[in-house]
Amino acid sequence: MRAYWYQRRIRGLAWQALAIGGALSLGVYLITNLIGNLEHQGIASGFGFLDTSAGFGITMSLIEYSEQSSYARAFVVGLLNTILVSVLGVACATVLGFALGLGRLSSNWLVARLAQVYVETIRNIPLLLQIFFWYFLALNMLPGPRQSHALGEMIFLNNRGLYMPGLVFEPAGAWAVAGFAVWLIVFLAVRRAARTSRGLSLVLWAAGAALAFSLVVGIPTSATVPELRGFNFQGGWVLIPELVALLAALSIYTAAFIAEIVRAGIEAVPRGQVEAARALGLDWRDILRRIVIPQALRVIIPPLTNQFLNLTKNSSLAAAIAYPDLVSVFAGTVLNQTGQAVEVIAVTMAVYLLLSLTISALMNVYHWRLVRRGG
Amino acid sequence: MLATRIRMIVPMAVIACAVFAAPSLAGPTLDGVRAKGHVQCGVSQGLPGFSNPNDKGAWSGIDVDVCRAIAAAVLGDAKKVKFTPLSAKQRFTVLQSGEIDVLSRNTTWTLTRDSALGLNFAGVVYYDGQGFMVRKNLGVKSARELDGATVCINAGTTTELNAADYFRTHRMRYTPVTFEKTDEVVAAYDAGRCDVYTTDQSGIYAQRIRLKNPDAHVVLPEIISKEPLGPVVRQGDDEWFNIVRWSLFAMINAEELGVTSANVATLANSTRSPQIRRFLGVEGKMGAHLKLDAAWAARIVGQVGNYGEVFDRNLGLATTLKIARGINRLWSKGGLMYAPPIR
Repeated sequence: MRAYWYQRRIRGLAWQALAIGGALSLGVYLITNLIGNLEHQGIASGFGFLDTSAGFGITMSLIEYSEQSSYARAFVVGLLNTILVSVLGVACATVLGFALGLGRLSSNWLVARLAQVYVETIRNIPLLLQIFFWYFLALNMLPGPRQSHALGEMIFLNNRGLYMPGLVFEPAGAWAVAGFAVWLIVFLAVRRAARTSRGLSLVLWAAGAALAFSLVVGIPTSATVPELRGFNFQGGWVLIPELVALLAALSIYTAAFIAEIVRAGIEAVPRGQVEAARALGLDWRDILRRIVIPQALRVIIPPLTNQFLNLTKNSSLAAAIAYPDLVSVFAGTVLNQTGQAVEVIAVTMAVYLLLSLTISALMNVYHWRLVRRGG
Repeated sequence: MLATRIRMIVPMAVIACAVFAAPSLAGPTLDGVRAKGHVQCGVSQGLPGFSNPNDKGAWSGIDVDVCRAIAAAVLGDAKKVKFTPLSAKQRFTVLQSGEIDVLSRNTTWTLTRDSALGLNFAGVVYYDGQGFMVRKNLGVKSARELDGATVCINAGTTTELNAADYFRTHRMRYTPVTFEKTDEVVAAYDAGRCDVYTTDQSGIYAQRIRLKNPDAHVVLPEIISKEPLGPVVRQGDDEWFNIVRWSLFAMINAEELGVTSANVATLANSTRSPQIRRFLGVEGKMGAHLKLDAAWAARIVGQVGNYGEVFDRNLGLATTLKIARGINRLWSKGGLMYAPPIR
């Protein structure tokens, strides 16, 4: 027995088991204590509330939602809205950030200074203020529904949002769209693997054509056009000002940080590389695309991941300007109507954790492949 | 980010308290208040007439006066109150976690709040009802004409649910735009984001004076809900619950008995009415039953005033709000204000 204890590996395992056991029993104690206290104070607990009908409306929803829908559905609405603004924000911030980062390194004095002024101004103003700025700027600049700016007969812009003609998806139409998306992913993956046989390729093309045909001709969808009725435009698709303001603020703010990351990444590529490429007679476009960026990306990706995570978490500031994200709908209204703070906050935190871990994992895979490729 | 943190801190603090606190949490609030020497009172972030800070940071309003009455009864000094401004979303969690002693924040008494939240409503300070405000130039005369309207609402309120119920009942469509803070709701309505602003009617009158052009807006005649507003305490501390409830009843009884801040000092010697003598603590042991001294109610009236005085000072026709007593008159004058007798 003593001999075992003196083995380093065994001793290490014993300590780890002890630490895990301690943490677990602390957790169990805290949770039983929590349940006891909630009962003692007469506060309802458990997740039963998720089935009951929510009773409140939500401004914008990617899925079917009404006041009779359950709290669980309200949760999904909020979650999808958070994911929507995060994905769009990450895309916009990345494009803008790369452009600004390259701009800062430009040999053109004006471009470089402008990019510098942008970065120094935007990153030094609190994000919440920027969100308010864009939101109230949009509301105050745009006219009311009856004085809308019209682009032709179909598109209208006012302080309630941007109204566009939209497609109404019947359930069958939604399946067709989903099928098409799956086909696209499979097709791209197969092509990427570049081992496609003639036969398989033909099958894929045929399937794609059939799906496209069912989309266009099967008429599982109908179109609606926005139309001024009573107070406001009805029908069509609407882009609400809350989403636009939040997206603008998040993208513009995060882009300032991404610009600096891109600049640092590019400057980390040894000058000799560029000089060697120039000596080989490559033009600046090829130097950037084939020499600098592949090497810079290895440095850029890890801090870029941080910015993506920040953007996702910062999207929770949405509640301040009525964008119905997860924090606003679930950790806000649902929490208040049910009073079940512990459950609601725990779920909300778990969701943000899961979102962040997913983004991290995807970025890590990308980084790993980049490094492995030796780019 | 800071705002997010602040928003998250409150529920987190509750969780932390609930997780780490020793199993017996319901300590006597009265002892705590006496030990620290002040009443910690949860109020709104600024609602004229109910709880509103002036430019020097001094709070006033009918909800504030309820807290002052409690302080006068318990600590002998109406000034010994500290205020915690709370958003609609934070209010219950902060009370549950014990950060405040009483929540006096234009809060509607409902079944869910009274039961599932582990709270108790001590009474009604103001009988309110939800109303609508629109721009005059829309030409809307009734809430029934609001089909298709966009509505600005405060998140986490009964207002949010009442509006949904009302539009559903009358088969009308609406788009809710829901903000966390009242300031943003009002600013967005003022900027034209919504056709309608809805909240308790007293709140509508209070917020209207803050708009760019108050006269361009009209309050619709419909009242779509019952909103009895009153102070709230934690469930399970009956001693403190009694004190809060009877501090409020003392103000209402004082108005009925004709005891005012002007005559309360001399009335004890001049009156022969046993009701008033019991109220003032000259006869009986009413204070002792509440674990207070004999002059508790007299101090409330002397330092804060009776219900009528408090109403007139904060909401009445002499104020900028110009709210009529309406259903908030005493029961003996055709209103709903009725307090059980002090005997």
